[in-house]
Amino acid sequence: MRITQGTFSFLPDLTDDQVKAQVQYCLDNDWPISIEYTDDPHPRNVYWDMFGLPMFDIRDASGVMLELKACRERYPEHYIRISGYDRSPGRQTTALSFLVQRPTHEPGFRLDRQEASDRQVRYSTHSYATDAPAGERYGRSR
Amino acid sequence: MTGTPDPTSPSATTSAPSPAAHVVPPRVARPTNQIDLGAAYRDSQIQELLDEIDRDLVGLVPVKTRIRDIASLLLIAKLRENAGLATDRPTLHMSFTGRPGTGKTTVAMRMAKILHRLGFVRKGHLVVATRDDLVGQYVGHTAPKTKEVVKRAMGGVLFIDEAYYLYRPENERDYGQEAIEMLLQVMENQRDDLVVILAGYKDRMDTFYGSNPGFHSRIAHHIDFPDYDRTELMTIAELLLAGQQYRLDAESRRALDEYLERRMVQPHFANARSVRNALDRAKLRQASRLISGGGIITAEELTRIDAADIRQSRVFLDAPDSARGAASDDGR
Repeated sequence: MRITQGTFSFLPDLTDDQVKAQVQYCLDNDWPISIEYTDDPHPRNVYWDMFGLPMFDIRDASGVMLELKACRERYPEHYIRISGYDRSPGRQTTALSFLVQRPTHEPGFRLDRQEASDRQVRYSTHSYATDAPAGERYGRSR
Repeated sequence: MTGTPDPTSPSATTSAPSPAAHVVPPRVARPTNQIDLGAAYRDSQIQELLDEIDRDLVGLVPVKTRIRDIASLLLIAKLRENAGLATDRPTLHMSFTGRPGTGKTTVAMRMAKILHRLGFVRKGHLVVATRDDLVGQYVGHTAPKTKEVVKRAMGGVLFIDEAYYLYRPENERDYGQEAIEMLLQVMENQRDDLVVILAGYKDRMDTFYGSNPGFHSRIAHHIDFPDYDRTELMTIAELLLAGQQYRLDAESRRALDEYLERRMVQPHFANARSVRNALDRAKLRQASRLISGGGIITAEELTRIDAADIRQSRVFLDAPDSARGAASDDGR
């Protein structure tokens, strides 16, 4: 099941040139970039791990691409996303965020029903990938 | 895609529809194999930058000639690329050697602009780094630190001041070596993304290159900055003062000239930087002279630096008038 999220969720995966152009767009708007990764695909998992340091003071996208390359080598089977933060509103604001890497095989989710009191049914989604401990999901992880 | 092809330049408009070019004759009468050098030169607007350099930087004739050569080389490389000829991207890493205050950083900043104007760097900003910015304190600290700086300089020019401090042969476990290796790698693999300029004293840079031949072979342009002579330093002083809306009268001009004559033979003379510092101190003395004088003054007096403001300097103190002849002989 192909998971989509973020700004370009309706599009096919971006190529490296397209990623670079988007990153450059962020930098031109003075939005610092961060690279984040995770192997927990649950849609409500908003706290991904940051790769390296937040990238302030970068003017050209090739600096970010260098870091992205390092992240891909380190986590070849993780989800990786790039976020651009717009600080002009005076609070941490994600202006743009999109996936730049996904695992080769995404097993998807199952629906869990919990029967609560008074014949109520509670639903939750459970990712098959999270059955394995973190770091061992999606096959090899280095 | 390929830098910034100028839509008005003839080579760009006629070479674009190449497969159909022989079927439909191009609208421009001039055949594609003719390139108007004059127009290309004007379009690139490097002349303005070179003129600016000529105007703002005093002396430095060999440096200016060299910059002109490099600019021409880059323009030709650009034209060759536009004409579809095989072009290796020219190696642009440079080495600026010279004594302190000879304008290395200033020229580096202009160089970044020229490279940007010609499309060889995408942003044209200058990142200045020294050993402290590149080399870490403990094992594993250097690589991320150097990488941070390199990433910041991407798309621009990385200027490493006093680069020879990176290499400390007396300590074989010095982390500087790690930074050097990373820089060498970047200079080779990231050639399209940034230009590295190393700067420092001539003799120490030569030793540095001697022990790190990798750097020497990756640097295409070695530019040596000559010292300024006294007339050039005077011109610099006048330029600096004019920029700050101060001025010298005939008397203080003579005083400054004598000051320079004495200062130049003293140790730690740092060319234009020493001139700037001397002028800053003269302005200080002018201010306290005016305040202690009190009374009513004119705007003209606020801008004028008197000979007394310059002659109070310690340079005049430790050499009595009788020793002046000897000092001027030394100063040549």
